[in-house]
Amino acid sequence: MAENSKQTMNDTYETTGIPLLKDSKLSVRNVDVFYGDKQAIFDVNLDIGKNQVISMIGPSGCGKSTFLRCLNRMNDTIDICNVTGEIKLEDQNIYDRSIDVVELRARVGMVFQKPNPFPKSIYENVAYGARIHGLTDNKLELDELVESSLKRCGLWKEVKERLLEPATGLSGGQQQRLCIARAIAVNPEVILMDEPCSALDPIATATVEELIHELSQNFTICIVTHSMQQAARVSQRTAYFHLGKLIEVNDTSVVFTNPKHQLTEEYITGRIG
Amino acid sequence: MNDKATRLAQTLKRRHAAERRFQWYGRLSVAFGVACVLFLFTDIISKGYGAFTQTYIDIEVTFDYETLGLTPDSTETDVKAASFNSLFRNTVRAQYPEVTDRRKQRTLYGLYTTDAPIMLRDMVLRDPSVLGTTQQLTIVADDDIDTYYKHSFGQDLGEGGVIGRVNPQQIALVQQLHDQGRIHKKFNTILFTNGDSRDPELAGIKGAIIGSLLTLLVTLMLSFPIAVATAIYLEEFAPKNRLTEFIEVNINNLAAVPSVIFGLLGLAIFINFFGLPRSVPLVGGLVLTLMTLPTIIISSRASIKAVPPSIREAALGMGASKVQMVMHHVLPLAMPGMLTGTIIGMAQALGETAPLLMIGMVAFIVETPAAITDAATVLPVQIYLWADSPERAFVEKTSAAIMILLAFLIFMNSTAVWLRKRLERRW
Ligand SMILES: Nc1ncnc2c1ncn2[C@@H]1O[C@H](COP(=O)(O)OP(=O)(O)O)[C@@H](O)[C@H]1O
Ligand SMILES: [Mg+2]
Repeated sequence: MAENSKQTMNDTYETTGIPLLKDSKLSVRNVDVFYGDKQAIFDVNLDIGKNQVISMIGPSGCGKSTFLRCLNRMNDTIDICNVTGEIKLEDQNIYDRSIDVVELRARVGMVFQKPNPFPKSIYENVAYGARIHGLTDNKLELDELVESSLKRCGLWKEVKERLLEPATGLSGGQQQRLCIARAIAVNPEVILMDEPCSALDPIATATVEELIHELSQNFTICIVTHSMQQAARVSQRTAYFHLGKLIEVNDTSVVFTNPKHQLTEEYITGRIG
Repeated sequence: MNDKATRLAQTLKRRHAAERRFQWYGRLSVAFGVACVLFLFTDIISKGYGAFTQTYIDIEVTFDYETLGLTPDSTETDVKAASFNSLFRNTVRAQYPEVTDRRKQRTLYGLYTTDAPIMLRDMVLRDPSVLGTTQQLTIVADDDIDTYYKHSFGQDLGEGGVIGRVNPQQIALVQQLHDQGRIHKKFNTILFTNGDSRDPELAGIKGAIIGSLLTLLVTLMLSFPIAVATAIYLEEFAPKNRLTEFIEVNINNLAAVPSVIFGLLGLAIFINFFGLPRSVPLVGGLVLTLMTLPTIIISSRASIKAVPPSIREAALGMGASKVQMVMHHVLPLAMPGMLTGTIIGMAQALGETAPLLMIGMVAFIVETPAAITDAATVLPVQIYLWADSPERAFVEKTSAAIMILLAFLIFMNSTAVWLRKRLERRW
């Protein structure tokens, strides 16, 4: 492929690849994000398919986390952060006035980079979402929900004897799976994961990756990752961000074997860190 | 190379010397601090331990109708008017028939507390059946006798020596009582069961302790909720703008305002403007609330800040509202720090004197306060009052009261430390 046939970066740009889909769970249109005066995300357009895993890659500081946090409005918690544009979750603009973030976050769950279980018991961690959203009617239902959520995360066998012990006593990998169990206990439609394995050792990482793979049967998952191998293993589509711009989106296999944009190629071949 | 080695050796030597010097500065400072504390404690304890015992004298009293001018049918009013003074004096005189000189007789009465006749009357009022009987009583000795018997009795006085405020006749009398086994020292319960009194032997700190507790209760009930609410609002909800910055600066300034100024403020606002009574725990508590608020707010904010942001994100990410996030996660984690700050604030308030003088909590009050609107005094003010009294026996009372105040302070501060250790969670 000739070097000059690839697009280079301009101020007005168009995302390379296939950013838009016919049938999407989340659709992002013309989204800009500002921290005060500084723009962190530039005019992003992207569709995210139902029950798909999409991974976001790109150099540090390119705005992956910022973009991900737009999808469940976690950016609302940062005073200086300002989001413009339109993000639709099944035809409903999540930035609409009529939308309550509490409801939105029950539909779009999140798993963070550093495992952050509440300093409460394992049981309370998983039960928390159901409790605050009033999802169960009695203790029995709640017990069942906790059990099934832990089972889906492959954690049940490891913790069933110690449900009432503090979650902070678990290993890093177990804590991260507990956070995933906590997120899926409220049965969200979308799960956002911001570098969920970056604080884990390789074995724990493999377990979590397997889990993500299984969860993709029932959930739409957006995962930010630093590891291209991980993106290749768990996701069907990959989005490459560079300096706040969405450079290229395509099927994961295409992005990694046949990138269309020069920046993408430089990144995946290791020329941009 | 050689040059480098010698230079290194030189700097190393200098560095080691500096390190040793620094360690010695540290040790000296610690030693100085410990010495000061030890000096303070030995001084106070050596002066004050005597106040925890009290001298009593046994005496046999016959409550006879004739001397009192009562009959078996007398009413309570009659008893109140009866001459217990004569009864007491006759009883004492009868024990020393050889003493006829009036002045020397007065010395005899003066062995006992001046309230002795009143104690006899109160005894009859409590239990009229003692009338007409003979009772074996133990009566508190006068403060001068008490001081002498506790501290100087049995020492060689030399020729015609006088100790403190006792004269040779009193010394002989005490010796005689001692030989008869009628004078003895007991644990001083009066100190803990009485209010203030002009007579040192009858003065106690119960009134001051209750006054302090009532005042602190008011302070706690007001300052804890207000401070915690303020801290939470400023940390978690308030927008960061000029106004909140201004408020923040002012809270920090408030913590540095001399407490006497809060007293003046309290006088102007609560007493002169709102017309609340003087000298009462309610106003004292209000003033101390103003004083402790900044302390508790600042420590509460620090402990809220110390809650990791990841916990907040986790809660918000689960769809918790901001209030739920605070109530379920931030507050439980910040609570130990908040409680510690509160206890330290309360300990400060307990030892505070100046602002309370401003609002008149310095009055001489005998009655133990029963409500926050009763006139009262507090421990540090009681210490101040006693330290100002001329009677020698008040010197040891003052030190004893300081010991009790220190005991409360040490108790509160160790509770704070214990609480912090106990409730501290790791994440
Ligand atoms: N809270 C914030 N306040 C101000 N700037 C921020 C904040 N968070 C991120 N940024 C900026 O936004 C840009 C994108 O950051 P981020 O989304 O964290 O990147 P990534 O996750 O891809 O490493 C960076 O330049 C960063 O400095
Ligand atoms: Mg990031």
